[in-house]
Amino acid sequence: MNLNMVEAINLALKQEMKKDKTVILLGEDIGKDGGVFRVTEGLLDIYGENRVIDTPLAESGIVGCSIGMAINGLKPVCEIQFEGFIFPAIDQIISHASRLRNRSRGRYTVPLVVRSPIGGGIKALEHHSESPESHFIHIPGIKVVVPSRPYNAKGLLISAIRDPDPVIFFEPKKIYRAFKEEVPEEEYTIPLGKAEILKEGEDVTLIGFGAWIKNCLEAAEELKNEISVEVLDLQTLSPLDVDAIIDSVKKTGRAVVVQEAQKTCGIASEITSLINEKAFLNMEAPVEVLAGVDTITPMPKLEDYYFPNTKKIVKLVRKVNSF
Amino acid sequence: MPEKKLKEFDARRVEILNVDGSIDKNLMPKLSDDDIKKLYENMVLTRVFDDKCVKLQRQGRLGTFASSLGQEASVIGSAFATRKDDWLVPNFRENGAFIIKGYPMDMLIQYWAGDERGMRCPANLNILPIAIPVATQNLHAVGLAMSFKLKKEDKIAMAYMGDGATSEGDFHEAMNFAGVFKLPVVFIIQNNQYAISLPRKKQTASLTLSQKAIAYGFEGIQVDGNDVFAVYKAVKDAADNARNGNGPTLIECETYRIENHTTSDDYTKYRTKEEVEEWKKKDPVLRLEKYMLSKNLLNEKYKNDVLKNAMKEVDEAVKMAEMNKPADVDDIINYVFEEPTKNQIEQLEKLKELLK
Repeated sequence: MNLNMVEAINLALKQEMKKDKTVILLGEDIGKDGGVFRVTEGLLDIYGENRVIDTPLAESGIVGCSIGMAINGLKPVCEIQFEGFIFPAIDQIISHASRLRNRSRGRYTVPLVVRSPIGGGIKALEHHSESPESHFIHIPGIKVVVPSRPYNAKGLLISAIRDPDPVIFFEPKKIYRAFKEEVPEEEYTIPLGKAEILKEGEDVTLIGFGAWIKNCLEAAEELKNEISVEVLDLQTLSPLDVDAIIDSVKKTGRAVVVQEAQKTCGIASEITSLINEKAFLNMEAPVEVLAGVDTITPMPKLEDYYFPNTKKIVKLVRKVNSF
Repeated sequence: MPEKKLKEFDARRVEILNVDGSIDKNLMPKLSDDDIKKLYENMVLTRVFDDKCVKLQRQGRLGTFASSLGQEASVIGSAFATRKDDWLVPNFRENGAFIIKGYPMDMLIQYWAGDERGMRCPANLNILPIAIPVATQNLHAVGLAMSFKLKKEDKIAMAYMGDGATSEGDFHEAMNFAGVFKLPVVFIIQNNQYAISLPRKKQTASLTLSQKAIAYGFEGIQVDGNDVFAVYKAVKDAADNARNGNGPTLIECETYRIENHTTSDDYTKYRTKEEVEEWKKKDPVLRLEKYMLSKNLLNEKYKNDVLKNAMKEVDEAVKMAEMNKPADVDDIINYVFEEPTKNQIEQLEKLKELLK
């Protein structure tokens, strides 16, 4: 099937709900409206309002209620409408979703998925273009997943729903409908915690995730006669696939890490630290990071300056290659 | 156009057992003599447990501890009104509720001594672990109640909170969800007059805390929280309603924390001795004793036996708790995910090297 990311996620939800009656969706405007991005469109008609639940406008309520449902054997997949509005729910995520297994020494578990769009590049209002993944990566007890294309969106979401622990599933809204690709109709899983090499190369490892993988691939293509670039799609940010990163940089000796979020304490900082810890003597050049500036995510008039793009990536790959 | 009155609302309060041990017969719930004895014995047991735990803390054998001295009627009366397989969603001042539901006392002591293994609820009970972030647990009760509704389970969830919790956002979100979805959940506010140092009056301008339920479209009721019969009746009625599909109830048990907020607190900084003494006159155990005496359910021997048995039970639980072997260092990662991640294992190995 030729699907965009919205359609691929919708298909994953539809199939998992059919297969497993304990999968319940809840969130704001997800029923009749099908979600503001239409990710849950049509599911209310198929599964009814007991399984596709339009909730009051309350993010902490959505996640807190989902935690209670998960404790008693349901598999809630809840939607937070925009990542910029996830913060009222962060107490429930940090204080409970991530801790109940530990606090109860395994008696209670929280097989919960929190879906939320993420990131900018769509000329949106304030709070609608954020990249808060680092806040969540820092929380032990939850997994953080960011797909980069329709194919892995479907496979990763199915894995997230089947995972016995809470997963935050961030969907890069910039590429919700940016392109289509072949997505198998049947169900399949892509393991959480595994990165994927999208293009093999010898000279520079280009590490990214989410919306900017598309630009990483474009940069690699642009540089193909000049520099052999290996493109690594992290897919899961927590737990991070450290082996995939280290194996690749040991081969190339050079790395560029791309993230959209503000630089300080971003995932790129952790990757740089891991490379320092585990592959220092293999490196031919300092790791380069393409990240946001430590500032408030700009509104549309300034956003093109702020976000990553192919040109910036190409420049940094050239820089580390010529070090 | 004239102003219309859409609806009038009342703030209600129920009292059954007076300080002198007399009762309002019309309101008295159906309780057998054995039931009343069980309530009494568990209230005494809770009091002995709390007293012992405060002492153990002073001796350095327990960590910070939150006593429920003076609140035994609220804690025991409410938990007793639930069925065995109903879900309790505690805050942190309800050790008595754990105990009356059959939670092993030695595990509670193990927990308060700082060992997470004490919070692994036995498989035959449905009690969530102690939840410390104020009001957050109410939403878990809501989610459990949502699951009963979807799975058609004949159960209710009962959440405990303090008076301070009613100021939190999660209180509002939980009440609102419970009302909108008409869920089988009972919310218990143990209004013990203080959120650490902040008096009830400064927490909210509402006359009662229970009236907040009105805004969410369901019943709220205040009861004398030192009156075990009123607490029991309110919770039993609420639980029956919830089970019959009539939705949630908010119950405010108006009581008083005789002890400090926790063993780290010093209440003399924010309240007077006179005030505490006044509340001691309303003691929930004493008035139940007076009632039982008048009904020939209690004599000196029985009273002494109950106290002696409680002390023995608590002492044995302490002994058992202190016999536990220390937890293994591996446990710091063993319960975070179903399986520890490779990264966690590597970090732990590094830690172990440094510990050698």
